[in-house]
Amino acid sequence: MRYVRYYAPAVAVFIGGILLWELAVRALQIQRFLLPPPSDIAAALVTHRELLLQAGATTLIEAVGGFAIGLAGGLAVAFATARFALARGALMPFAIAANAIPIIAFAPIMNAWFGVTSPVSKMMIVAMLVFFPVMINTVRGLTSADAASLELMRSYAASEREILTRVRIPNALPYFFTAIKVGATLSLIGAIVGEYFGGATVALGRIIVESASFLRFAQAWSAIIVAAALGIGFYLIIIGIERAAMPWHASMRGQS
Amino acid sequence: MTEPKPVVAIRDLGKTFGNAGSETVALSDISLTIQPGEFLSLIGPSGCGKSTLLRVIGDLTRPTAGTIEVNGKPAARARTDRDYGMVFQAPVLFDWRTIEANVGLPLEIIDMPKARRAERIADMLALVELSDFARHHPWQLSGGMQQRAAIARALAFEPHLLLMDEPFGALDEMTRERMNTELLRIWEQTGTTIVFVTHSIPEAVFLSSRIVVMSARPGRITKIIDVDLPRPRSDATRESDRYFELITDVRESLKLGHGPRTDEVEESVMEPIP
Repeated sequence: MRYVRYYAPAVAVFIGGILLWELAVRALQIQRFLLPPPSDIAAALVTHRELLLQAGATTLIEAVGGFAIGLAGGLAVAFATARFALARGALMPFAIAANAIPIIAFAPIMNAWFGVTSPVSKMMIVAMLVFFPVMINTVRGLTSADAASLELMRSYAASEREILTRVRIPNALPYFFTAIKVGATLSLIGAIVGEYFGGATVALGRIIVESASFLRFAQAWSAIIVAAALGIGFYLIIIGIERAAMPWHASMRGQS
Repeated sequence: MTEPKPVVAIRDLGKTFGNAGSETVALSDISLTIQPGEFLSLIGPSGCGKSTLLRVIGDLTRPTAGTIEVNGKPAARARTDRDYGMVFQAPVLFDWRTIEANVGLPLEIIDMPKARRAERIADMLALVELSDFARHHPWQLSGGMQQRAAIARALAFEPHLLLMDEPFGALDEMTRERMNTELLRIWEQTGTTIVFVTHSIPEAVFLSSRIVVMSARPGRITKIIDVDLPRPRSDATRESDRYFELITDVRESLKLGHGPRTDEVEESVMEPIP
């Protein structure tokens, strides 16, 4: 009952928005190829369901594969730099600068390096997008444990490893999850934009580009809907993991 | 009869911060011996180095002159032997651990077997009367309860020495008085030697067997006052004539230290959190 009351306004807005869209397209006689009504998009989703499913799978593999590579790389570098102040001083400015540049601009170059039709080229774009936020936030989390906590551990004559596992890593978790929530969203953006510049024919980005160039906008929209669903699904999975991993965190309180 | 071995022996100790040219003398000419079972308070104005002295005893900072022995060995050795427990002004409990897991943290570090650890945690929580809150997280507890958990954690090793750095400074006066009574009960029950840093004259008088009065810039010992109030102490103690005499005594000694800013030591209890 509490859930119903909590989510009812959002559901109402969603349904209302779809209805308004449908009615606006009909009432204002907007040309269907410019903005197809939701009913057309739904029809396209049903008609092309097999193609969309296959394309969604291709794009998802690229996104998740690249996410995994970026995550592993980001964590590895973060742990190495967090341990050594010298490495941190040398690397962090570049990482922060790299995080500020539009990495997606490298997509055509990655396509050239790793093969336009290969999923690896898309994974590499995604990996680069995910790497920097994960690395920077994890380093911040690992190095921001408060002085009193470290002093407490010192009074126990705790080893560096014990300080890492018992103070620094738990302290870094909120930073880490902030980064991978961003990374989850970025990974689908990276995969789809990578596909815009060429790739396997049955991929969401290809379907969007090709349908749009042939003015089959309902089909383009149906692929966008699938991409949106994948993005939201990925994000929700990460939120689920976050809740399981740190039920103690302030942002989780009062939810259980 | 041999003299009991002192828990802390400090001789001609000094501590200077900073580099040559811009030095701050935090401690100068400190000599002090603390006997087993004592409850010793360090009191003085801000900047008198009382916290620094406590941190030197705990080997959280090193002296620049003189010698210090804890349990008959160098302070650094005493730390690695886990001879003392420390309680800070903030409870420093980890949000990701339950209260029992927080209390058990030092025991995990010394690799105490799980069964014995659970037993010890239960004992410590009973000692500070937090048994019903073992599974709670720190943020679900009041400030006073959090500090009690921190005391339980500091006592988990069963150390001979408990170092407390203004542990009740952030609590309201009523909670603080209750915590003082509790601390005396724990001290009597465990027989631990306590070194207690405070800003508050009434707190020092109520708790201590000896009060070390310090003056600022440079931090040195002005006077050591024996507190001969009978034990066990209770609310009645706080109303006795001797209690007020001793408060006056400590206050006069603080003025005697002619630290220009004795006004920084308050006589009542409320204290700004730095």
